Amino acid sequence: MSGTPKQDFGLFSNVLPSTRLRWKGRVEFVIEYLIRFAGLSTILIVGLIFYFLLREGTAAFLDIPLRQLFGNRWYPIEDFFGIWPLIVGSILVTIGAVIIALPLGLTTAIYLGEFAPQWQREILKPLIEVLAGIPSIVLGFLGWVALAPIIQQMGAPTGLTIFTGSLILAYMSLPTIISISEDALYAVPKGFRDGALAIGATQWQTTWRVILPAARSGLVIAVMLGIGRAIGETMAVMMVTGNAANIPVLGPDMIFQPVRTMTATIAAEMGEVAQGSLHYSVLFWIGIVLFVITFGINSLAGRLMGTQAGRRRKGQL
Amino acid sequence: MSITPAKIAIQDVYFTYGDGAEALRDISLDIYEKEIFVLFGPSRSGKTTLLRLLNRLSDLFEDATVRGTILFDGQDIFDYRVNVAGLRRRISMVFAVPTPLPGSIRDNLTYGLRMAGIRNERVLRERVERSLQQAALWNEVKDRLDKSAFALSGGQQQRLCLARSLALEPDVIVLDNPTSGLDPLSTESVEESLQDLKQRYTIIIVPHSVQQGSRIADRAAFLLDGELIEVGKATQIFVEPQDQRTEDYITGRFG
Amino acid sequence: MKRQQANKLAVGIISAVAALVVIPIMLVIVFIIVRGISAISWEFLTAAPRQGMTEGGIMPAILGTVILTFGTFIACIPLAIGAAIYLAEYAGDNRLTHWVRLAIVNLAGIPSIVYGLFGLGAFVLFLGLGTSIIAGSLTLGIMTLPVVISTAEEAILAVPQRFRTVSLSLGATRWQTIRHQVLPQALPGIITGVILGLSRAAGETAPILFTVAAFYLPQLPHSMLDQTMALPYHLYVISTQVPGMPLSIQYGTALVLLLIVLSLTLVATIVRTSMRRRREW
Repeated sequence: MSGTPKQDFGLFSNVLPSTRLRWKGRVEFVIEYLIRFAGLSTILIVGLIFYFLLREGTAAFLDIPLRQLFGNRWYPIEDFFGIWPLIVGSILVTIGAVIIALPLGLTTAIYLGEFAPQWQREILKPLIEVLAGIPSIVLGFLGWVALAPIIQQMGAPTGLTIFTGSLILAYMSLPTIISISEDALYAVPKGFRDGALAIGATQWQTTWRVILPAARSGLVIAVMLGIGRAIGETMAVMMVTGNAANIPVLGPDMIFQPVRTMTATIAAEMGEVAQGSLHYSVLFWIGIVLFVITFGINSLAGRLMGTQAGRRRKGQL
Repeated sequence: MSITPAKIAIQDVYFTYGDGAEALRDISLDIYEKEIFVLFGPSRSGKTTLLRLLNRLSDLFEDATVRGTILFDGQDIFDYRVNVAGLRRRISMVFAVPTPLPGSIRDNLTYGLRMAGIRNERVLRERVERSLQQAALWNEVKDRLDKSAFALSGGQQQRLCLARSLALEPDVIVLDNPTSGLDPLSTESVEESLQDLKQRYTIIIVPHSVQQGSRIADRAAFLLDGELIEVGKATQIFVEPQDQRTEDYITGRFG
Repeated sequence: MKRQQANKLAVGIISAVAALVVIPIMLVIVFIIVRGISAISWEFLTAAPRQGMTEGGIMPAILGTVILTFGTFIACIPLAIGAAIYLAEYAGDNRLTHWVRLAIVNLAGIPSIVYGLFGLGAFVLFLGLGTSIIAGSLTLGIMTLPVVISTAEEAILAVPQRFRTVSLSLGATRWQTIRHQVLPQALPGIITGVILGLSRAAGETAPILFTVAAFYLPQLPHSMLDQTMALPYHLYVISTQVPGMPLSIQYGTALVLLLIVLSLTLVATIVRTSMRRRREW
């Protein structure tokens, strides 16, 4: 190969005039470079989001002792910045939402996947997509003007309670839970189902004993993403949970007490604080806490999804 | 040894897929200009892999490794300076499944040329007509060049794909079992076209069957499990093969 | 047979629960339509609010939402399509790709209010754009990225591999193949994803709270550096922040917002089904 002549550079390019080819090649090089940049920019953006939260929120971190930041009194006017009540508020509302949404969502997914006739599926699926499309502010508005009065009439001291928030949140996370559960059920090999039915199991037995266990890890992901969605929801929750920054008293009627979530606190108070004040940076600090929580949940779910996809790919070969 | 230099010289080629499966092992053979070279062997013997190496469609297998050299007109096609798109225009491929691109018949025929930067309407029109005639499709489609290519029958689609390769005026045409889905009549017409095309092009083909291979081949090579068992003139390899395994395969004792 | 009865019971319960999910959705929509329709009039849609917003229309808010949605489109599309092409066509099966996917999953999971904080810190303050249409659009655009990336990637991956192989074998380069074969065929799916993403953005409140939304601004914005009213925030304001607000105006505003968002969703669905039907392969 020592005799390869120099002019063979760009060999096999004979169809194009060389200058045009070089120009085209350069344009493509730039385009492909931009595409790669766009892909990698997603990582950059996550980093930037975290950076800017830190940038505005570190003051809180530096100026207030950690013990006080996680204290149980939130009363910014007197410089009490304990976010514990807000965390508890978020957790309670989210747990309530999951308790309501999980059975509803899972059952609906099972119904759609295993029992519903085709025509019903064609109506139900778009309807659930519609639910996913309803802006949270509209659901919050309905909760505020229509649902809260009903709950108050049922005997609660106020209509704006954990339960109201959980109920609204549950319906908001349903589309996520349903669609991912459905994917999980759908991924169960058809042979499992046919095998069980063939040995005489009823449809229900097949679902309960065979399909659900097989879809378990997918269902876990569905719940996790549902939680992730619920804990970050802002407007609806702000409008219907009463915004009382105190830790509810344990007891049977706990779910009918008002709370205030982390998200609602940021949304409600950011408009009123002076930029650069301690209160301002504490609100960013709450944002950091929210970011870390959802990042953890989603990374875990993402990892589970990754291993699942890997398993499925191997199964195909 | 022939005195004419090889159009394509394959030298000590190994090919391993990303999962470690070795598809080709120590393949060396020469393909001469303006002959019909038949590559045959049982399925998974490495025929398709070898075809795809010739115009570097094998680049699509990202984790695969190639060793050895393939010279096309004396030039190493794996040289980093090679313009792969240009190589593929000169070694053009027809696949087993007829695959028209979405769009009209004309769009299909001019696609490769347009991608190569040729926009001259007169040139494009000329190439469309000539390539369709060479593929024996002109009379059937000349009145509906702007209709969708998917409206053609399977046999017509495959001849369109052949014409699409010819429109590029390549040096070499590589055909991977081009008649697999076709009826006997269409198969015959494709085979006839090949005999005509031999006048102008080097043709490398994986045949649908040994019979088809023996009908059309000038020279042939028998592959088995990624190894080259035997290569030689068609008159010899299909009539009195030197290797027992070739003979077994041809006489239908396995595969 | 007892087993069969149990099966029947189970199926019955499952159907009932599914109804429990679906019926409230329909109720919500019907309820808003019934209560809101009386407020809708030509004036309501085309006039600015008057008398402390208790009279007049909501035109500045409608227009603001339209502008912001358009801004979101501009801010989101190049990056989202680029990232989708990267994932579907360029990314290898390696660590870096793993990180990109993880980033997208996380972007999808970051609470909308955190996007609002980010927009405030990065665009309003750091870049000095102030509370402005640009800052709001950028914030909404970044929030919309993951939805559009995922749906566009799916659409691109759905284009059969054989078209890529054929295109390459005819001497097209990788980019030419993407540009002339993959993207045209993936377009319906990409459009669907984009519209779905925009419908999400149009209904969002939290990200615009601190980046663009104005409480009350009867005149229209003059430039991209102005604030603007927006429907979701307006609904929040008139339902919780202004006492004595006529209910009909509240429901009317909710109805208009719902209609805008749902009609976008509907358009997306129509694009998807009709283009799918026209497809030849």
